Order: sequence, then structure tokens, then C-alpha cells
Amino acid sequence: MEFLGYPADQWLPFTFAGLMGLSILIYVILDGFDLGVGMLVPLAEEAEQDRMIASIGPFWDANETWLVLAIGILLVAFPTAHGMILTALYLPVAIMLLGLIMRGVAFEFRAKAPLTWKRFWTWVFFAGSTMTALSQGYMLGLYIMSLDVTWATKGFAVLTAIFLSVGYSVIGAMWLIGKTDGALQRKAIRWSQGGVWGLVLGVAAISAASPLVSPRIFDKWFSLPSFAYLAPLPILSGALMLFVWARLRALAKDQTSRFAWGPFFATMAIFALSFLGMAYSFYPYVVPEKMTLYEAASAPESLTIILVGTIFVLPAILGYTALSYYLFRGKATELRYD
Amino acid sequence: MDALILSRIQFGANISFHILFPTITIALGWVLLYFRVRFNLSSDQRWMDAYMFWVKVFALSFALGVVSGITMSFQFGTNWPGFMEKVGNIAGPLLAYEIMTAFFLEAVFLGIMLFGASRAPRWLHTLATFLVAFGTTMSAFWIIVLNSWMHTPAGFEMREGVAFATDWMAIIFNPSMPYRLAHMLLASGLTVAFLIAGLSALRLLWGERGHGVRTSFRTGVTLGAILIPVQIFMGDMHGLNTLEHQPAKVAAMEGNWETQGNVPLVLFAIPDQEARENKFEIGIPNMASIILKHKASGVVPGLNDFVLEDGTIKHPPVAPVFYSFRIMVGMGFAMLFLSWAAVFFLYRRNWKAELLPKPLLVILVPMALSGWVATLAGWYVTEIGRQPWLVTGVMTTKEAVADVPAPMVLSTLIGYLAVYVILLGAYISVLLYMTRKAAKGEALVEPRRPDSGPMPMPAE
Ligand code: HDD
Ligand code: HEM
Ligand code: HEM
Repeated sequence: MEFLGYPADQWLPFTFAGLMGLSILIYVILDGFDLGVGMLVPLAEEAEQDRMIASIGPFWDANETWLVLAIGILLVAFPTAHGMILTALYLPVAIMLLGLIMRGVAFEFRAKAPLTWKRFWTWVFFAGSTMTALSQGYMLGLYIMSLDVTWATKGFAVLTAIFLSVGYSVIGAMWLIGKTDGALQRKAIRWSQGGVWGLVLGVAAISAASPLVSPRIFDKWFSLPSFAYLAPLPILSGALMLFVWARLRALAKDQTSRFAWGPFFATMAIFALSFLGMAYSFYPYVVPEKMTLYEAASAPESLTIILVGTIFVLPAILGYTALSYYLFRGKATELRYD
Repeated sequence: MDALILSRIQFGANISFHILFPTITIALGWVLLYFRVRFNLSSDQRWMDAYMFWVKVFALSFALGVVSGITMSFQFGTNWPGFMEKVGNIAGPLLAYEIMTAFFLEAVFLGIMLFGASRAPRWLHTLATFLVAFGTTMSAFWIIVLNSWMHTPAGFEMREGVAFATDWMAIIFNPSMPYRLAHMLLASGLTVAFLIAGLSALRLLWGERGHGVRTSFRTGVTLGAILIPVQIFMGDMHGLNTLEHQPAKVAAMEGNWETQGNVPLVLFAIPDQEARENKFEIGIPNMASIILKHKASGVVPGLNDFVLEDGTIKHPPVAPVFYSFRIMVGMGFAMLFLSWAAVFFLYRRNWKAELLPKPLLVILVPMALSGWVATLAGWYVTEIGRQPWLVTGVMTTKEAVADVPAPMVLSTLIGYLAVYVILLGAYISVLLYMTRKAAKGEALVEPRRPDSGPMPMPAE
């Protein structure tokens, strides 16, 4: 089965790599902000904590489902890579899963357990969010380093763990700027200002590291004419960072000023651009430098079956996700069952 | 212990923990829809009261189901990479359809169902309740299709050691799928029925009176009384199907060593795999032959047929399958007896649940967990009964395991177990706490603090 002149064992794996990338990106942005809110919880007072958690209540579950989809695509479209990546990342994956478990159940227990236990579950919520963010960052680092585990790569992974967590906290704080008002919003602006530096450093560190590790990636970026095509990526990111910085300053002076959502959306765009850059660097590998996506792909018959479903289902998923964000728009105040 | 046995224990522990919660959410979603529609039709507040109480139980169970399910989806890669490499072309699309048609539906509409009653119009809230129930059922459908395919594979061919799909209809409607799906959905219905009956009985015993608790109680026991005969019938059909496709499993369930006629139905025994015989056997003569072959002289396959010349054992370990099967069936008959007794007394006492004999109410309380016990026992029969195969006749469990160092598997296993024990304890104590609050007539939301303006409520 050909498509635009490409044989099925070319365009199908490519399409699925694109779908997987898309769901990882959506996951990182969406669950990123609610994990971020989780990490910020200890900085707030108790009443504010309720409100912060309420602001992500209706969304976190659907946000997490994008991770299930991404892992699902990796599993079904690139089974050999799936085995290779997950067995190599065995321990960080287990820590992430424990973190996700703690975070997810704390939501429910916090609201339903006796009051004396509430503090405990708030703490579990924080710990779970932090474990998840750190282990995801750690995995990202090892992945960039081709899943080789040495002291140097572990060191780099620790750095990415910290940067990704800071990144999540920043986007979480920016979500709160949009979702809250009053004293809590003021705090969120301060948190964002504090964290933006980590974000800048993180993006810079990862962009610098990958070409340095791999001559192949270095050539992909720094040879003409690709250099010219790619230049807009870093330039745009830089401009967006300046915009975020300026918006946060304006908001800090006058928090009622318009575009309270500005920093959030701009940071989303920065995440997306960095992600694009990384995808460009690693293509055509699913396991950097070890296995290309064409080597790892499953049989075209199976991929076709899934693709047919995806074409119908994905727009529906996006549609009703949008409906949910629309329904729960506005400042977060109360969340209750009636 | 080696990585294989540890991985098996870890997988078994994870899926056992996971299945507890789907078992509740699959059927509870439909019960909630029933409450919601009854309220829409009658505007009678007691239906909304029942909805409000049980939707909280649903939310809690759902959260536990989601987080443990995410763990499950990683297990394939971390512990069983061989599984996807060999049968990924078949397992993959089935899992993908589960994610796309079920998980997103549940996850997105759950938010609307839980928090949207005042924000969304009535029809949308009812629709959200429906879609969540539908989503959980779809998810059960897809995963049971995959699991049944592993028991009775069909519609594929092997090329160079890898399975390729040839007929998707045959894969989806593989021989054991309809039975397993029906048996599992009924198991879920029964679990919820007895959970509702048990917690409502507790509320009655703690002194609550009123329409809300009566409605819940009546819904629970009636549902149980209707479903259990169907389940026993379905279980029997399922067993006959298994006899056709996995005779070694049935031989282990029956504790039957020799292929022969006039096989007794063993009620109790201690199977001894070393000596290849049962100790302390108590049985009903000819009964197993009659159940499985419909005549007293019917020949029933025995375990000794599944031992190769060189002594290699090709049948599952007997004792766990044998005992689990008896626990499940025992629970089934206890459910039959108790739910019918409860309905009988309700009918005689004018549907006033508080007038039921007290011992009956007391027994119903621990029976709240009977569905869990029977479901787990049933799955152990099914899954241990499949060993040594992972996919019957296609690959053994041993071929699929990852070469992760054993100490690493052990450490994560301990981590999971610790978390699961804590969570299970927390889950049950929160259910009891909510029940007590409801019995005392307290609202489940905290009182507002008067001084702090519009106080936000915690995200429930
Ligand atoms: C018969 C039912 C059944 C069985 C045998 C399984 N599941 Fe399950 N699963 C469900 C029924 C279910 C459900 C009813 O759809 C859940 C439970 C609670 C929930 O929220 O959805 C769910 C949730 C759930 C989730 C989270 C979905 C979300 O984000 O909303 C994942 C990733 C899995 N499961 C994966 C698995 C895997 C990999 C299994 C087997 C190895 C498995 N489940 C067995
Ligand atoms: C939901 C209820 C289920 C329960 C309680 C359950 C329980 C178990 C148990 C106890 C084992 C270990 C058997 C042994 O090693 O002796 C096992 C094995 C296994 N099951 Fe299930 N299972 C369930 C459903 C499923 C489903 C839906 C799938 C896949 C679609 C599945 C896939 C497997 C696999 C891959 C193994 C092999 C690993 C092993 O042998 O431990 N199971 N299961
Ligand atoms: C009392 C009569 C019952 C009979 C004769 C019966 C029969 C069976 C049989 C033969 C199996 C194994 C099928 C196979 O793997 O090939 C099974 C599995 C199972 N049973 Fe039962 N059962 C009964 C009651 C129950 C009850 C009351 C529940 C739960 C409330 C239950 C839940 C399950 C589950 C969850 C499984 C595993 C999934 C499956 O294979 O369907 N059973 N049952």
C-alpha cells in the first residue's frame, strides 16, 4: 500500500512516530502543568492548597491518559524499541509509576478521608508529583545519552531531572496565574518569576548537550543549508522567553493587567519548540544511535488497522477534551459534586 | 529466586490489585446511570442522595483503577518484552483500541460526571454518566478479548517465530471470549451488588433510617439475587468451553488425575502433585462426569495425560487451581443463598430493610467483599490454569521474561507491595468512614469556614 509514492513500511512508521511525538508533547504540556501545581503545593497555605488542587481536579486524569497513549503507541508500533527502552529504564520507570500512583490517589483520599489525615495526603500528593517529574527528567537525560548508563550520563540525567521539574513547576505556576486571583495569583506570579531562569537554563543545557554527544546530530544542525532553515527555532524560543519575562514583570506590577494566560501559552510554545528541535535531532532513531524507527516498526497490516481507528477517534478525543476545558473554564473556586 | 518467578509474582500482584477496582467501576457506572435516570424521571430526592453517595465511591475506585492500570501498561515492556515481540502484531491493535475507544472516553467525561452537575446542563451530565459507564465496559471488552485470545488463540499465522494476524474477526471473537466476557461482566455486577448491600446493611446497623439507605439496600440485594443464577449458569457454560479448549485446566480444577469415566465431583481434597493423587478426598460419585459430559460414564480428561514421556509436566500446578476454583464456586453459592434470603424477607416485611433479621444484616456486611474474593479466585483459576503457556500453544511464560537482574525486580516488587497494602487499607477505611458519616446523616463536604469569604472546596 503506497501513500504519496512511499511504500507502507516507510510512511506508516513515520506516521506513528509523529503520532507518538504528538501525544508525548501533549502529555508533557498538560500533565506538566498539573504535576507542577503538585510540586508547588507546599509553598502555599492550607486554604490555597485546596484551591490549587481544585484547579486541576477535573483534568488530571485525562491529562495522564496521553501518557498511556504515548506508551501504547510505542508498544504497538515499535514493540522492540518498547522492550529495549523500558527494560533499560526499569528503575526510573518504577519510581515514576509509584509517583503517579501516589499523586493520583492523594486527590481522592485528601477530599474523603477524615480531616486529621488531610495533611498527610497533601504531603503524598506533593511527593508523588515530585517523584514523577524527577524520574521523567532522569529518563529524558538517559534517553538523550542513548540509554548508556555510566557515571557521566547519570550525572547529566540528574541535571535534566532537575531542569524538567523546574520546567513543570513554572508551567504549573503559570496555569495558576490564569486560574486564580487575589493573594494566590500574586504568589503564582512570584513563583513563575523565580522559576523562569531554570527553564531558560534547562532548554539551553539540553540543546547544547545533544549535538555535543553525537557528531551526527552536530552535523544535522550545523551544516548549511539546514542551519539556515533551523535558525528560526532558537530565535523564536528566545523571543518567547523575552515575552514571558516581560509579561511576568507587568503582571507583578499590576496583576489585573490583561493576558494573564500569556505566560502559560508562551511557555507551552517553548516546550513545543524544544520538542520539535529534539525530534529533528533524533530522527530517524527511536532509540538514539541504536535503533531506527523503521527497524523497530511492527507489521504494516497491524499498523493499518490501528491507523484507521485513529483517524476517527483522535478528532473525537480532541473535541471532547476541549469541551471539558470549556465547561470548567474561569477562575477555580469551588469544586463539588453537585 | 530468579527473575522469572519474581516477575510472575510482580505481574500477578499488580494485576490482582488492579482488577479490584475495575470490578467495581464497570458495574457501578451503570448503577449510577440507573440512579441518575430514576431521578430525572421522578425528581425524587432519594435517587439523587443514592447517586451522591455512590458517585464518591466510584470516584475513589476509579482513581485507584487508573493509577494501577497505568502500572499495568508499563509491565508489558519492563517485565515481558518477549510477549510483545512475538505476539505484538495482535496484542498491539487490541490494546490501542482500548486506549482510544475507552480510556479517553472515561477519563474526560469522568471530570464532567463528578464535578459538572451544576455546570453542565442536565442532559449533558446524564450523558457523561452514560459515557463513563460505556467507556469502562468497552475497556473490559477489549482487554478480555486480548486475554481470551491468549487462552484460545485464533485467526493468526506464525511466520519466522512471530504471530501475524490473518482474520481480525476470528481474533476478536475467539472461542472463549464470549464466555469470559459475560462471566466477568456478571462478576462485576455481583461485586457491586454485594458492596452496595453490605455497606447499606452497615448503615442500617449503625442506626440510619430513611428512604436513601432503603433504596440502596434494595437495589443491592435485588441486583445480586437476579444476577447470581445467571452467573452460575454462565460459569457452567464457561467450564464446558474450557473443557473443549484447555482440558488440562479443567483436569486441575476437578483434581482428576486419570482419564476415565464415572469421575466424582471432588468437594474437598488435598491434591499432592508429587504423589500424583488426592489426599483426604470427599466427593459426590459420578457428579463431575455428569456435569461435564452429561452422563455418569462420561470420560473426563485427567492430569496424567499431560506428562511427557521424559517426565516434563505440561499441566498447570494443581493445588492453586483446585483451591481457587472451590473458593469461587463456594462464594457463588453463598451469594445465591444470602441474596435470595434477603429478598424473601424484604418482600415479607414490606420492603422495610431495617426490619430484616439482624443476623442476616450482620452477615451481609463482610459479604461486601465477597465479589472481590470470588473474582480474584476466578482469575487465579483462569491464569494459573493456563501455565506453563502464556499464549496457549504459542509461547510459554518463560520465553517472554525480560533479563532484568533479579534483585532489581525484587526491589520494585517490594515497593509495589508496600504501596498496595497501604492503599488497600486506606481505601477500605475511607469507605467505612464515608459510610459512618452517611449513617450519621452528615454531609460529606466539610463545613465552610465563616470568615474567609468564598472558601474553595477540595477537589473531590
Ligand atoms: C475486566 C476489566 C479489566 C481488566 C482485566 C484490566 N483492566 Fe485495566 N481498566 C479497566 C478494566 C480492566 C477499567 C474498568 O476500564 C479501568 C479501571 C478503573 C478505570 O478507571 O478504568 C481500567 C484502567 C486501566 C488503565 C488506566 C486508564 C485511564 O487512564 O483511564 C490502564 C492503562 C489499564 N487499565 C491497563 C490495563 C492492562 C494493561 C491490563 C491487563 C494486563 C488491564 N488493564 C486489565
Ligand atoms: C484481571 C484479572 C486478572 C488477574 C487477577 C490475573 C492474574 C494473573 C496471575 C495470578 C498470573 C500468574 C500466573 C502464574 O504465573 O502462575 C497471571 C499471569 C499473566 N496474565 Fe493475568 N490476570 C488477569 C488478567 C489478565 C489480562 C487481562 C491479561 C492480558 C491481557 C493478562 C496477562 C497475563 C500475562 C501476560 C501473564 C504472564 C505472566 C505470569 O505468568 O505471571 N492477565 N495473571
Ligand atoms: C458458582 C458457580 C460458578 C462457576 C461454575 C464458575 C465457573 C468458572 C470457570 C470454569 C472459570 C474458568 C474459566 C477458564 O479460565 O477457562 C471461571 C473463571 C472466573 N470466574 Fe467463575 N464460576 C462461578 C461463580 C463465579 C462468581 C460468583 C464470580 C464472581 C463474582 C466468578 C468470577 C470469575 C472470574 C472473574 C473468572 C476469571 C475470568 C474468566 O475466565 O471468565 N465466578 N469461573
